[in-house]
Amino acid sequence: MNVLVYLVPMALALGATALFAFLWSMRSGQYDDMDGAALRVLSDDDVE
Amino acid sequence: MAEALDLSAYVSRSGGAAHMTLAVEGVGCAGCIRKIEGGLLRVPGITGARLNFTNRRLAVEWREDAIEAGEVMRALERIGYPAHPFEPERAELDETGHARWLLKCLAVAGFAAMNIMLLSVSVWSGAISDMGQETRDFFHWLSALIALPAAAYAGQPFFQSALRAIRARQLNMDVPISVGVLLALAMSLVETANHAENAYFDSAVMLLFFLLCGRYLERAMRRKTRATAGNLAALRAEIAHRLDAKSGELVRVPAAALRSGDRILVHAGERVPADGVVISGASEIDESLVSGETAPKAVKPGLHVYCGSTNFAGALTLRVTAAGQGTLLNQIERLLDKAVAAKSRYVRLADRAARLYAPLVHATAALTGIGWLAAGASLHDSMITAIAVLIITCPCALALAIPAVQVVAAGTLFRTGVILNSGDAIERLAEADTVVFDKTGTLTVPELRVANAFALEPGVLEMAARLAISSRHPLAQVLAREARTSIPYDGVVEEPGRGVRAMIEGSEARLGNPAFCGVADVQDAADPAASVMAFSHAGGTVLLAIRQQLRPDAVETVKALRRIGNEVIILSGDRGAAVAPVAETLAVRNWSAGLKPADKITILDRLKAEGKSVLMVGDGLNDAPALAAAHASMSPISASHLAQTQADALFLGESLRPVLETVVLARRAHKRMKENLALAVIYNLVAVPIAIAGYVSPLLAAAAMSGSSILVTLNALRARERFASRHRSRTPLHHVLEPEPA
Repeated sequence: MNVLVYLVPMALALGATALFAFLWSMRSGQYDDMDGAALRVLSDDDVE
Repeated sequence: MAEALDLSAYVSRSGGAAHMTLAVEGVGCAGCIRKIEGGLLRVPGITGARLNFTNRRLAVEWREDAIEAGEVMRALERIGYPAHPFEPERAELDETGHARWLLKCLAVAGFAAMNIMLLSVSVWSGAISDMGQETRDFFHWLSALIALPAAAYAGQPFFQSALRAIRARQLNMDVPISVGVLLALAMSLVETANHAENAYFDSAVMLLFFLLCGRYLERAMRRKTRATAGNLAALRAEIAHRLDAKSGELVRVPAAALRSGDRILVHAGERVPADGVVISGASEIDESLVSGETAPKAVKPGLHVYCGSTNFAGALTLRVTAAGQGTLLNQIERLLDKAVAAKSRYVRLADRAARLYAPLVHATAALTGIGWLAAGASLHDSMITAIAVLIITCPCALALAIPAVQVVAAGTLFRTGVILNSGDAIERLAEADTVVFDKTGTLTVPELRVANAFALEPGVLEMAARLAISSRHPLAQVLAREARTSIPYDGVVEEPGRGVRAMIEGSEARLGNPAFCGVADVQDAADPAASVMAFSHAGGTVLLAIRQQLRPDAVETVKALRRIGNEVIILSGDRGAAVAPVAETLAVRNWSAGLKPADKITILDRLKAEGKSVLMVGDGLNDAPALAAAHASMSPISASHLAQTQADALFLGESLRPVLETVVLARRAHKRMKENLALAVIYNLVAVPIAIAGYVSPLLAAAAMSGSSILVTLNALRARERFASRHRSRTPLHHVLEPEPA
């Protein structure tokens, strides 16, 4: 069971990372325009 | 135009950069995003443009020294997208803030539930393999470490609402939820400290997660409808002509930017953009949106005119006022306050269920504890069993049962062109058994029409309509809409207050009041509500009756409403002579005319005393108190602002059918809500005996909770059924918010 010594902190760290990633993406406005994001990917401005 | 449009009320500034939000019309595809953003960024001076496709709003930023706000608007117009300056309403901002907070709580609860479940599954598998007691305790402590802060944060929406309810000495669904979650956590903590086998940290946090899903979806739906209502308001916003206080120059400003004390000029044919007192000028105005009265009223200096009236004859100068003492508006506001206070006593279905449910559940738990104690179990075991009853009955399904249906029903209504203002509106709409209609603007189309157009010779009508193009008189503008071309005749002379004349095909044509065209002023006895214009050409004279007409499907809708068991009543502020023919066409026997706002309320109160639930459909300023007083209410989107804010639902378009559809859908949704409550009760009937017997394990609690939640959510989805596909996208709503169907 010694394996728990590093597996448990790793699991918790991964969970916390995911939570902070989500909160960050929310704060940076990535959920404000869900329909727009789906369409913007289709436009090829960067190719021109 | 010589007058400049003053947009300063909508522009926010920070360090040389100006910022403005616009509601954009006609955005429908990916190409639009590129065209608008790319097109604007090519304009020198504009530093940023970002279109939000979800709510059709554009944020623009520019350098103040380079260009001004008006130029941004013109640039957009050149690109081909008319835009309207936009300032989000307080209510919408609050809604957005609250939805964000709920999403944060949801995220915390979700990630916490996942991690605790990871530990719980290990414990459950450990029970049948070789997990030692130390390891199990360690996992329980870890779970507690995650669950306690997560529940403290993510449970706030429930705890706050429960506290509010208790302070008001009431019970709502959040009270048993909060009690259940807190007891589950406390018991688990005690059990963990005692090295016990079972802990319920996972159940408590998962419960919060499920409930937050329901809450968030409900908020998201409401936010969407608010955003649409906001856009529609911006699209309809009117431009006012303000006389500058110092220079006396005329400046065009959005009506929303007018302040009390401003002087404004209202030309003939324009809508009055704000309430005010006439300072100079004399005219006739049409107050049908205010009082329902269709006959024009003469105004002179010193009289009050109300926002939404149409100025018929001459230019008026007004001083903008707030609601003054003794004015109609003041009286309406007093009635409104009373009506709103009376209505807040309505108890929502969910809260009614909670009032029954909470005492029952808490009593069952208490009895379970006492029963086990009496049967000889230890105090500790009795307590644990009692708390297990509370956890298993924690109204997860019950609390999801109603919001889930509300979300589905509101979404379906939204697609058929009905915007819901309040969450519990569906229940109240479903309970309606009497439909009260206002006449002007509700049963009738708000715009005037040429009533006898079909009886006239097409050539003559076309000629009259083309002649009407050259006149600014509102009645002539109605006639001008009948014209097939938009080319005016040459050499038209307007004689103010009488009519217009021109030489057409070698002989003089006249259009105006009957006397001007050489016929006696005949008031058509059969149609007293109509305004009469005459047109003469080459010796022949025709009379044109112009009046408001019924909505095209009013007759069928009223008939269908009656067929599904509603009584239909008309209450109008207009004269009896104008209401009678409408009532006759619709075969409505119960009607009253010439009513003041207070009279409408009196009649509604009488209906309520007779035990009827009234759905009020109205649009005028005078209807606002009645809309607030009625059990449920709806307004067409053309309604006055005050009526719109009071109505439970707004419907778009020229058709009256949305009223019928809303009632039908609300009844179906209501049925689903009751089914869901029944499902939740059945779940409890199965689960509670197991809990009372003391056989509940954390694994069983978790499975039962998710199972019942999924069941009620699936049942809620049935509220949309075929209804949605049959009536899809007949309304112009998708221009405002919905993407084009692919």
